[in-house]
Amino acid sequence: MLEFPTWKKVMLWGIAILGVLAALPSIASLTNNDWPEQLPNPTVNLGLDLAGGSHILLEAERAQVASKRLEDMEEGVRNAMRRAEPRIRIGDVSSENGELSFLLDDAGDIDRARAAIEDLMAGTGPVREWDLQVVDGQRFVLTQTEAGLSNAVDAAMEGALRTIGIRVDELGTREPTILRQGDTRIVVQVPGLQDPEQLKELLGKTAQLEFKLVEREATAEEVSRGFVPGGEVLPYADREVYQGTGVVVQRLGGIDGETLTGAIQTFDQQTNEPVVSITFNPEGGRRFATLTTQYTGRQFAIILDGEVISAPRMLEPIQNGQSQISGSFTTESANELAIQLRSGALPVDLAVVEERTVGPDLGADSIKQGLLAMGIGTLLVMALMIVTYGRFGIYATVALVINVLMLLGIMAALGSTLTLPGIAGFVLTIGAAVDANVLINERIREERKRGRRVMAAVENGYIEASRAIYDANVTNFIAGVLLFQFGSGPIKGFAVVLVVGLFTSVFTAVPLTRMWVAGWLRKTRPTDLNI
Amino acid sequence: MKLLKLVPDDTNIKFLKWRVPFFVVSILLIAASWALVMTKGLNYGVDFAGGLEVRATFTERTDAPVAQLREDIENLGYGSPVVQRFGEDNQVSIRVRLPDEVSADNEAAQEAANTVVEELQGNYPDFRLDGNDNVSGKVSGEFREDAVWALMAAMLAVALYIWIRFEWQFGVGGLFALFHDVSLTLGMFALFQIEFSLQIIAAILAIIGYSLNDTIVIYDRIRENLKKYRKMPLPELLDLSVNETLARTVMTSLTLLIALVPLLLFGPASLFGLTAGITLGIFVGTYSSVYMAGPLLVWMGVNSDSFIPQETVADKQEKKLRGEV
Repeated sequence: MLEFPTWKKVMLWGIAILGVLAALPSIASLTNNDWPEQLPNPTVNLGLDLAGGSHILLEAERAQVASKRLEDMEEGVRNAMRRAEPRIRIGDVSSENGELSFLLDDAGDIDRARAAIEDLMAGTGPVREWDLQVVDGQRFVLTQTEAGLSNAVDAAMEGALRTIGIRVDELGTREPTILRQGDTRIVVQVPGLQDPEQLKELLGKTAQLEFKLVEREATAEEVSRGFVPGGEVLPYADREVYQGTGVVVQRLGGIDGETLTGAIQTFDQQTNEPVVSITFNPEGGRRFATLTTQYTGRQFAIILDGEVISAPRMLEPIQNGQSQISGSFTTESANELAIQLRSGALPVDLAVVEERTVGPDLGADSIKQGLLAMGIGTLLVMALMIVTYGRFGIYATVALVINVLMLLGIMAALGSTLTLPGIAGFVLTIGAAVDANVLINERIREERKRGRRVMAAVENGYIEASRAIYDANVTNFIAGVLLFQFGSGPIKGFAVVLVVGLFTSVFTAVPLTRMWVAGWLRKTRPTDLNI
Repeated sequence: MKLLKLVPDDTNIKFLKWRVPFFVVSILLIAASWALVMTKGLNYGVDFAGGLEVRATFTERTDAPVAQLREDIENLGYGSPVVQRFGEDNQVSIRVRLPDEVSADNEAAQEAANTVVEELQGNYPDFRLDGNDNVSGKVSGEFREDAVWALMAAMLAVALYIWIRFEWQFGVGGLFALFHDVSLTLGMFALFQIEFSLQIIAAILAIIGYSLNDTIVIYDRIRENLKKYRKMPLPELLDLSVNETLARTVMTSLTLLIALVPLLLFGPASLFGLTAGITLGIFVGTYSSVYMAGPLLVWMGVNSDSFIPQETVADKQEKKLRGEV
């Protein structure tokens, strides 16, 4: 018990000192002091509830990916059939209930049709993405496989992640976190954001831009029904001006926003209204030129996420691949749209399913109040320990201080996040960390009462108490890990503090105090203990 | 220096003498807690009920216009809100549980959240938005489910651990003590209608950890004494073990309390639920370690043989062969 080889002492002191040093940069930053730049500075991250900021959870619908995929397939099939030599005529095309079906006009085309769509059906990976059935010799039915859909969802989410990354970057905020969560969710965390509304606006919009040929104005009744035979009815985005009316557009054969290379907010030269200027890539520019040449004088609907922003008449063909979008914008909303168009459309609609925002003032107040409460609590615990256990209490309180610092230091080194519940975790750890010393010291008291000599009593105290300390910490560890598994952000922060705190508190309360006690016993060889 | 002794030496309190009445009372309390949870219900916050919560400070006044706020939001037509002081007198938390059809539609729910904030910003020039939480019905449902799983998994996992380290009776006793703690904590939250949020689940998981701390310390001593005093009747042995560890139980509970009380008094308002939950848990946890975990051992017939190496089947056969049985 009294024998502590030098290497062991060096190791114990080394770990303790390293842990404490690692905490210093965090303390400097929490108390708003400067930390010399040339020194390493692992700092504990502050959670959004302390630093202020927004946490937004976005979710996509699998069903929407499925229906979009089906729609793309329909367009692909139509093109493939048209391009076949000679053209394969099909009819009665429907994409409903997750399946695409069409009828060959001539049953003799069956092998050619099969060959024509073979490429479309082949996925990128080894899995089969579509099932093809031929009914009655000339009806083709294409259904998506689960695996194919999962691939598509995955690809859509990866695309969405990139798009969101670009949009958040455009806001110029520091250190945003953008992560996929599960199959269909994305978490966006932006610390210190002043205007969460703007962020939500930016993220929530799919920004699917389309240009489609207008057939005619739609009546309010058609708009509420949503479709007319052979065409698509779209409402105007600005309901106040257009009173719920809309236009009928040609369903296929338009241009979509994927062919854009640039979008920027400018002002219309004549009216001085805010507009968004867009630039097509060469292919998009060519298609735009062809369409506007073919349909000069007709109206084109500029459609954003299924709503018509405006439907200007093309007075002349547009050959230079540039155009502008106008339609009752403010400067901000035009700028927002420009960012969204630049970043590309989200491959799938995302809805905000959870949002948590904390203002920066509240966060700063919370830190102050939390640290104050923690300080008072620590002092009270220290006082109680010292009046109860005397010298052994002093060892315990020194261990407690090292414990708190090491806990902070390790969290900083691990790059963990300190949250508001995490501060409560610190306080709880302070209360609980002394438990090990209480157990040991009470045991030493008992052993002395039973008449053991000083050395034996201390030794037995440490040995006998260790069993319960070990078991108790393992169960706490189990609870802590489950808490971590369960929790969302702030709660995870609580769990991290509790779990890391278990390790630091056992380290400081058992081997460290034992070393000090041993050193003292060896030096003074007391015959009685005041405990 | 004369040192403080919270618990006098050699206490000999007959804890187990009153085990039956106490146990009956405990069972009644558990039943009452669940009855409260069922009838009065838990006051779910947005985490579990969905909807939106707005926290705000009225920077230009000393008192938040609570009644006026309630009326303002009621007029928006999303149902009646819960408006409470939150922290300082000029700070409020406004909770609106959206109607089901609104909360099911993500876009409508977003719209509602924006409307509420805009309305308040418009009506009160000194309205400072400190934070808001919007949780959709789907996500809150998942939180509820996850919470139940986390609590059950935690209780079973630690009970399993105790079973492995001690004996099955100890595992059952510990599990029952935890069930008692969780039930009573839930009961208190139902009784006082304190907002029940994710933080409270964190508090309960922390309680599970720390209540078990107590149970394990006492169990550890019981195990030790079972080996030491082979002939002592079990109730007496339990009393001895509880008394021997009493000083430690009191001291640890006290340090936890004095660490937590400042947080309760001076800490941030948004930590109140978490801290209150844990503080409450310290009381029920300490009680249950003595009065639930202990007596159950008597009734499940723990004895010193539990910790003496048992005869294996092979031993028995060997004895049989030797004609000893």
